[in-house]
Amino acid sequence: MNEGNMVKVGMADIGVAFGGAILKTTGLGSCVGLTLFDPLRLVAGMAHIMLPSSDIAREGQLNIAKYADTSIPELLARLLQLGADRRRLVAKLAGGAQMFAFAGGSDSLRIGPRNVESAKEELERLAIPIASEDTGGNYGRTIELDSASGILTIRSVQFGTKEI
Amino acid sequence: MELFNHNPDFKMDVLREVGNIGAGNAATALSRMLDKPVDMSVPTVSFVPFESIADRVGGSEEVVVAVFLRVDGDAPGNMFFLMSREQARLLLRELAGFELEDENEYSELELSALCEIGNILAGSYLSSLADLTGLAMSPTVPQVAVDMAGAILSYGLLQFGTMGDDALLISTTFLKDEREAEGYFFFIPDPESFARMFVSLGVPLE
Repeated sequence: MNEGNMVKVGMADIGVAFGGAILKTTGLGSCVGLTLFDPLRLVAGMAHIMLPSSDIAREGQLNIAKYADTSIPELLARLLQLGADRRRLVAKLAGGAQMFAFAGGSDSLRIGPRNVESAKEELERLAIPIASEDTGGNYGRTIELDSASGILTIRSVQFGTKEI
Repeated sequence: MELFNHNPDFKMDVLREVGNIGAGNAATALSRMLDKPVDMSVPTVSFVPFESIADRVGGSEEVVVAVFLRVDGDAPGNMFFLMSREQARLLLRELAGFELEDENEYSELELSALCEIGNILAGSYLSSLADLTGLAMSPTVPQVAVDMAGAILSYGLLQFGTMGDDALLISTTFLKDEREAEGYFFFIPDPESFARMFVSLGVPLE
């Protein structure tokens, strides 16, 4: 979806932007919002990752935007198509919260931290450095990435707005 | 879901009745607590795209007060009782005499009271379903959160997440009057739970 110069990225979705357009995804809980940015070409991308690994997929047609291990390579490929140089790309991450904590919680309840771990492993594999992150906690986040500056703005109910 | 390839309308009707009985009991419990009538909408049963899960409660960024609990037993799933901040404030005042000074600041006691309300409502929802189906269904200790609806509800979609991009949601709205919602009940059984419920209710799977 593209409204003016705002590109909305849905849940389990990928978006790219350039020329000062803003990438936005709302209501990140245990999901991770991962952004890549080329500061010279000013192209940016965002993935709203829901689950850590496509190994657990049972769906017929795999939605590659959904899983950390498939989403990040796809995002990278789209940015390269737009002329980004992968040696210049830097990553930022937000989300991966644990919205509810249960005593002796099973693995599925730790999904937020696992999404973050998996995204970081994938970035390391692709040799993309992490510029900054705002992950964990127990609260939701809405994020916006400015493709002109690479600044990631994070909004939450408890802590208001901050930039990383 | 393949389960719904055969006779989908009938199966959806059965789930609507499941939601009707569960939410009906919860509404009765709420009505007793408040000592006034609580109406409810006909339950909606539908496959909802993940992206739209929060639409009914005002959108992904809408701040809501939510009680979440996991359903354990033969037909596991996720259950949410959601309210606007204004409704939570009214509920706390009517039920417990708490006067909130700030809708964004809740004391431990107020959160605990909201949790208990959610617990009672979910308990009555589930016990009526257990009676109906003969399946064991028990709520875990509820958790309360005041946060963006999208962030909260996405937590209930993980079991569906590995299967596709939508989830089967049984939702009911509690009505204060014709216009205003008192709260919302969302029941999202795990994908595997539907066949068990149908079998126990004598609904042919194929």
